[in-house]
Amino acid sequence: MNVRRGPTGRGAVRAFVRRFVREKRLGVVGAVIVLLLLVCGIFADLLAPYGMDEKSLPDRFAAPSAKHLLGADQVGRDILSRLIYGARISMAVGLAATTVTVAVAALIGVPSGYFGGRFDVIMQRFVDAWMSFPELLVLLTVMSMVGRGQLQIILVIGVFTGIRWTRVVRGAVIGIKENDYFEAARAVGQPHLGIIVRHILPNIIGPLIVIYSVSLGWAILAEASLSFLGFGLPLDVPSWGGMLSGEGRRYLERKPALAMWPGVCLTVVIYGINMLGDALRDLLDPRLAGAARPHPGVGGAQA
Amino acid sequence: MLRYVIRRLLLTIPTLFLVATIVFLLLRLVPGDMVDTVMARLAVLGGSVDRAALERAFGLDAPLHVQYVRWWADLLLRGSLGISMNSGQPVVPLILGRLPVTIELGLLAIAVSVAIGLPVGVYSALRQDTAGDYAGRSLAILFVAAPSFWVATLVILYASLWWGWSPPLELVPLARDPIGNLRMFILPAFILGMVMAGTTMRMTRTMMLEVLRQDFIRTAYAKGLRERLVVVGHALKNALIPVVTIVGADLTVLIGGAVIIESIFALPGTGRLMVDALKVRDYALVSGVNLVFAVAVVGANLLVDLSYAFLDPRVRYR
Repeated sequence: MNVRRGPTGRGAVRAFVRRFVREKRLGVVGAVIVLLLLVCGIFADLLAPYGMDEKSLPDRFAAPSAKHLLGADQVGRDILSRLIYGARISMAVGLAATTVTVAVAALIGVPSGYFGGRFDVIMQRFVDAWMSFPELLVLLTVMSMVGRGQLQIILVIGVFTGIRWTRVVRGAVIGIKENDYFEAARAVGQPHLGIIVRHILPNIIGPLIVIYSVSLGWAILAEASLSFLGFGLPLDVPSWGGMLSGEGRRYLERKPALAMWPGVCLTVVIYGINMLGDALRDLLDPRLAGAARPHPGVGGAQA
Repeated sequence: MLRYVIRRLLLTIPTLFLVATIVFLLLRLVPGDMVDTVMARLAVLGGSVDRAALERAFGLDAPLHVQYVRWWADLLLRGSLGISMNSGQPVVPLILGRLPVTIELGLLAIAVSVAIGLPVGVYSALRQDTAGDYAGRSLAILFVAAPSFWVATLVILYASLWWGWSPPLELVPLARDPIGNLRMFILPAFILGMVMAGTTMRMTRTMMLEVLRQDFIRTAYAKGLRERLVVVGHALKNALIPVVTIVGADLTVLIGGAVIIESIFALPGTGRLMVDALKVRDYALVSGVNLVFAVAVVGANLLVDLSYAFLDPRVRYR
């Protein structure tokens, strides 16, 4: 165990940020991109030169100009404004779904690792079976059942991705149980809930942050893919994925910029999130290095 | 060794059982919906059918536990997963008929991902923290970050704008015209492979870095072997074990990508079958596709774990 006491509280956060900036240059780039996404999403109303659905038929297929910096689409909507509102959608769905993911991973993973025994065995078999279904297929199937919508997509992506991460949380909890302070807390008769809140949760914050940052990119990509295939957000919502499908797809030959920009936004954002996630993972939880997403199969043999 | 193999095989049984049970429940979550859909379609065609008869035909007229036993009996004794609500044909032959296209696409994509990912990953590891390494790693993350549906859309769009090319609508059978068949698959396989190449690159790099630090590599250098021999003969050979298994374990990602790519390139594979079935809410077919792919993933994971045992002696003695 680490005997040397590190800085605590605010000092620890400051030390972490300093180390992050010094050691993880690409992570800083990623953090800047994520911040840009947040700013675009939160202040979309102020940043976008036009409204989300403001049509102007005379400007149909307008070329980039001072009036429309990136041009306009088939019904004269400003492409740049649509992209900025798309950032809000991606951000909102991504953050909300990922919050659900982490909550589900913790709600199943913590008791599974903490109590062990029969509950753990049954949960692990279930998670094993669950992870055999290709993510996108499950999401498509369930989305087609519950229908398009923002709340639906957040819950479906959040819950089903969360189940995949329970094993990582479980592993972290089992690791904590090896520590003396855990034994001590048990020995003095602290109730289970107290131990979980006071000793387990604070110590799995690192893995949870890593899960959050890695899942965020996946959630945004999943929303875009589902919307692209027509099973994600409603058609009138300016999702970056949805912009490439359905009605708009017929006009791509006329105006290739319509196909170009939403994808560029998605790529840059996912690139940034992955860079940030990688850096956080290296610093917070080296054990997870190399796992881009929870892989089924790896460690599938353990009971 | 034998004990490990037997233990691993036995562990597959509960997983398969749960997988099938999940698929069964999935199908039963939407029963009213299912019958309603078919009734509506029949009404459009001018036919009318007794609702009870329809429920009997889909096996929905019994309590859930009876349905469950019947469903297992159908699956195990007759290899049947029910009938497609849209076409009225049995689900299993429909899926099997489309499977070869998806398998060909998948194998080609894996070949592409290894052909790109392996050399770049090795190079990145050998030149750790140089400009070349950063370029390689950035490329890998870019491959992972660029959504395949976007890349595919751009490729089709610009191929059409510049050369007037568009993906063929008819499948060219491999047996009749191998070259034409390959030309049809190469572009979609390349795009699908690119996504996986990112993961392969990163995995290869990580594993190579680990192996390059081992004593036997230093020994190999010390006895004066040329770098190429050390890298290919000693390091890569050992780094490949986990990499190969990761490529196998990435099957769920590959299948998800195949669904998207088949839809865009109009390839008549299982993925497109699934999307088409979803559009008409043909859940018997949808759950059948889910089951087939999930069983394939369970099988792949089994092979991966068994190959570990054969390739890595340390696993055997655990």
